[in-house]
Amino acid sequence: MNVMARAPEWGEMILPDRVRGALYRDPAIFELELEKIWYRTWVYVGHESEVPNAHDYVLKSIGLQPIIMSRGADGQVHLLLNRCTHRGNQVCPKERGNSPMHTCPFHAWNFGSDGRLLGYAFPEGYEGLDKSKHGLGRVPRVASYRGFVFGSFASEGPSLEEHLGGAAETLDRVCLTSPEGGIEITSGFLKHRVKANWKFILENETDGYHPAFVHSSIFSVADSAIGGLYGAKSTALTRDYGNGHTEIDLRPEFRKRDAILSWFGTTPDKLPDYVSRMNAAYGEKRAREIMIDGTPHVMIFPNLFIAEIQMFIIQPLGVNESVQHVTALQFKGAPDLNRRMRQQTMGSVGPAGFLLADDSEMYERTQRGMEAHDTDWVFLGRGEHRERRDENGFIVSHATDEVPSRGIWKHYRSLMEQP
Amino acid sequence: MIATRADSDLMHDVEQFLFREARLADEHRYEDWEELWTDDAVYWVPANGENTDPEKEMSIIYDNRSRIGLRVRQLLSGKRYTQDPRSSLRRIVGNIELLGREGDDIRVAANSLVFESSQRGETIWGSRNEYTLRRAGDGFKLVRKKVALVNNDRAIYTMSFII
Repeated sequence: MNVMARAPEWGEMILPDRVRGALYRDPAIFELELEKIWYRTWVYVGHESEVPNAHDYVLKSIGLQPIIMSRGADGQVHLLLNRCTHRGNQVCPKERGNSPMHTCPFHAWNFGSDGRLLGYAFPEGYEGLDKSKHGLGRVPRVASYRGFVFGSFASEGPSLEEHLGGAAETLDRVCLTSPEGGIEITSGFLKHRVKANWKFILENETDGYHPAFVHSSIFSVADSAIGGLYGAKSTALTRDYGNGHTEIDLRPEFRKRDAILSWFGTTPDKLPDYVSRMNAAYGEKRAREIMIDGTPHVMIFPNLFIAEIQMFIIQPLGVNESVQHVTALQFKGAPDLNRRMRQQTMGSVGPAGFLLADDSEMYERTQRGMEAHDTDWVFLGRGEHRERRDENGFIVSHATDEVPSRGIWKHYRSLMEQP
Repeated sequence: MIATRADSDLMHDVEQFLFREARLADEHRYEDWEELWTDDAVYWVPANGENTDPEKEMSIIYDNRSRIGLRVRQLLSGKRYTQDPRSSLRRIVGNIELLGREGDDIRVAANSLVFESSQRGETIWGSRNEYTLRRAGDGFKLVRKKVALVNNDRAIYTMSFII
């Protein structure tokens, strides 16, 4: 460990095609990341469907900070700090629930579902206290895109739309897979802890080079069509949307197959209800296109990953400790599709998943690898020579190229260099 | 409660079966372990409590017979890296109780404590287990095994061995 006495020279640690291992290992850098990334940029917190009714709440986090995502009586979603404004006690200890108020058990201060201070015990002990100044702390900026709720601790800065940029379209694509145009998060989360830096997870989500090897065990025994998507001959693309958002665009492969629901490893006869609802909602021609393209494989910086059928949220706990929260995407108006989504998700992800147990093994081994730091470079140069721009001007390259990592680090550097 | 001599014999047989199942899991004898299951088997490790509905909510494992087979084949593939090198395991299965009978099936409950040593470190996995066993010849087959980890509502490390 090299704990630094001064701000690091980011340009010496992050080159276009390589980065220093200290970035994954140094606790001082992790502290700087909290300040310059987690407590500044837009961070995904939760989905509106997790708090459908007035006074519903769920506990969430931004960086290390505990957050209550709560829906007020007026229907608005609030991101409140889970800390009593009296002496700092945790106000809400329960993962989820419905309550018009949160009463701190320490001295019975109570707060509304919108965070306002409603009252406290023995009020004669306070003279002239302005309750409006003692409401729960709140994340200064809250914004929602297609039901995905993000928070930013910076009171000023780019809007959520500006932050998402071209990647917003990938969330539109997620919603298109629903005949009613939206998703719901209703199946609970698996919480998978790993002894690894959060950026190993972030980068792996859109690394198309590893599946053929890390997941060869399941590809070799299951009837899976995933393997070919990440082969040397794949026509799928890696894409850098800017602002750290990255994608593996599998549509070229699915369009080549030209088969409805092939992206999900199934056929229309297995999901007749879903197919007819999609046809009714979008018309047969458009529905066919949507059902051939499938959902995206996109990593929204720094912590929201949509992996076709499931959603992951990356939570950092420390420089070498992280949690992956994961659940099946549930598409409004698609019960038969959703059932399969849940079954496939349970098989593939979480602590015992056919895929994620091996990914997580790699995160932990790579973290241990970082302890050997004589040269200390992590090399990310794959496919630099064959990068090109797509019709929208975004950098794309072969499915197995390290365009996503390079894009993530470029954005990371720009954030860390901000004063 | 064991009331009769016959119950006492049954309890002994059940214990021996559970101990054997535990040993096969500890020693990564996947093919022998898979042999224990019936065709209508369910292997369930719930998340977020003991009584979530696995048909509606996420479970850590919710395998039917064919997925149990897939799990075993993956472990045997030689490329299941999370178990290569394998975790070293030993477990205690105790507090065994006979809960009741339904036709040929016997319902059993127990507590389990697994000590795992792996490259990541040492992990203790505590759980309440429920089993449904079915008489088969001189012994039993496993129809259902539910492993409710004590900490299944928290973030847990990779658990890629047979729990």
